[in-house]
Amino acid sequence: MMEVCGSSNVTMREFGCEQSLLSRPDGSASFIQGVRERSQEQCVRETCEASLLLSLHPRSSLTLILQVLHDDGSLLSCSLNAACMALMDAGLPMSCLFCGVTCAIDADGQIITDPTAAQEKESRALMTFAIDSKECRVLMSDTKGSFSVNELQQCIAVSQKASQKIFQFYRDSVSRRYSKNL
Amino acid sequence: MFSSLKDKVGQVLLPGDEFTFDTEDTISLTTPVKPEKVVCGPGLRRSGDRLQVCKSGVLRHKAPNMFWMDSQQRRYVPVKGETVIGIVTVKSGDIFKVDFGGSEQASLSYLAFEGATKRNRPNVQVGDLVFAQFVVANKDMEPELVCVDSGGRANGMGVFGGGGLLFTVSLGLVRRLLSPQSDLMQDLQKLFPCELVVGMNGRLWVRSSSTQRTLIIANLLQSCETMTAPQRKALFARVAEGTL
Repeated sequence: MMEVCGSSNVTMREFGCEQSLLSRPDGSASFIQGVRERSQEQCVRETCEASLLLSLHPRSSLTLILQVLHDDGSLLSCSLNAACMALMDAGLPMSCLFCGVTCAIDADGQIITDPTAAQEKESRALMTFAIDSKECRVLMSDTKGSFSVNELQQCIAVSQKASQKIFQFYRDSVSRRYSKNL
Repeated sequence: MFSSLKDKVGQVLLPGDEFTFDTEDTISLTTPVKPEKVVCGPGLRRSGDRLQVCKSGVLRHKAPNMFWMDSQQRRYVPVKGETVIGIVTVKSGDIFKVDFGGSEQASLSYLAFEGATKRNRPNVQVGDLVFAQFVVANKDMEPELVCVDSGGRANGMGVFGGGGLLFTVSLGLVRRLLSPQSDLMQDLQKLFPCELVVGMNGRLWVRSSSTQRTLIIANLLQSCETMTAPQRKALFARVAEGTL
């Protein structure tokens, strides 16, 4: 579940802006502010900053709220896809779209895309790439585990191919959304 | 490029789609080459010699050469010349600060009302609704509003309110309401007599003869966003009969 609060005014508190505090809109009070959550936030933030046209909104802050309803693996790429669709839906000017693809290399050396939580646990390496829509380049990568350079190249190629399907899904969703007013 | 743009009119495009100048295979030396001019509206950006789409939506065209992206969003970005409904939040000295739903508050000078002078100040309190137009609205400066047009006349702008209901809808619905041949407006006019103020920032204010009618109209307008034309006509017909 995603929500984007478009540009709001920012007064002189730059330090507060850089903290990117994550409050809990559902009212739960458990304080999970671990390093892993923070690094996932940073990944999503960097990818968004790379594709948004930020120069059109100076002195404004953009709040992106990601709420995890159900986690069965590939959480980071799911967050990236949700972030991209939310930004598009909010009407923020973007230079390109992005999508997230997760690859897992299991013990046999097989590359599995979009692994479930069980497959992620048994895998020897787990990689998430953010791919952009214009030239299929890698915007962000987050890897865990051990793998060779060759396997990395293969995973990137597989992710680039898989990203086409995700972009087609974006296109179909947006067409469906605008189909009523056509 | 004009022809490739025209082909895509009416289609849904996503950010990242590009239009480039087509290079002709053969350049004719005899017939004069007319430079083609394309005017880009909101949602299209020029970068170098290419035209990029930067918002998702439907590509629209208006003769002779104007193209823009028709996108749905709820957040308003101020544009010079547009009329909006704002709420006065601060009254300090010579300026009122008005919240119109954008990223910062706009300033409205007390002299920018019809017939206002330094001795004759307008009667504006904190919390009042104003209908004003932007005179300065770009990304680098604080937006400024005025309640007079260039001739010094109010022309419908100024403080209003009292007894009505203010609610928010998406920007697309507001544009549909304000377009010249609007079915939505015509259907609405056949229902009950009411006063309606439409702000381009997605805010609508309605006042009708009774509170119940005001609420009915407000609910109808909010539900019109997601309805096709036949569904809407059916709903309006049911309301007119009085079954709702």
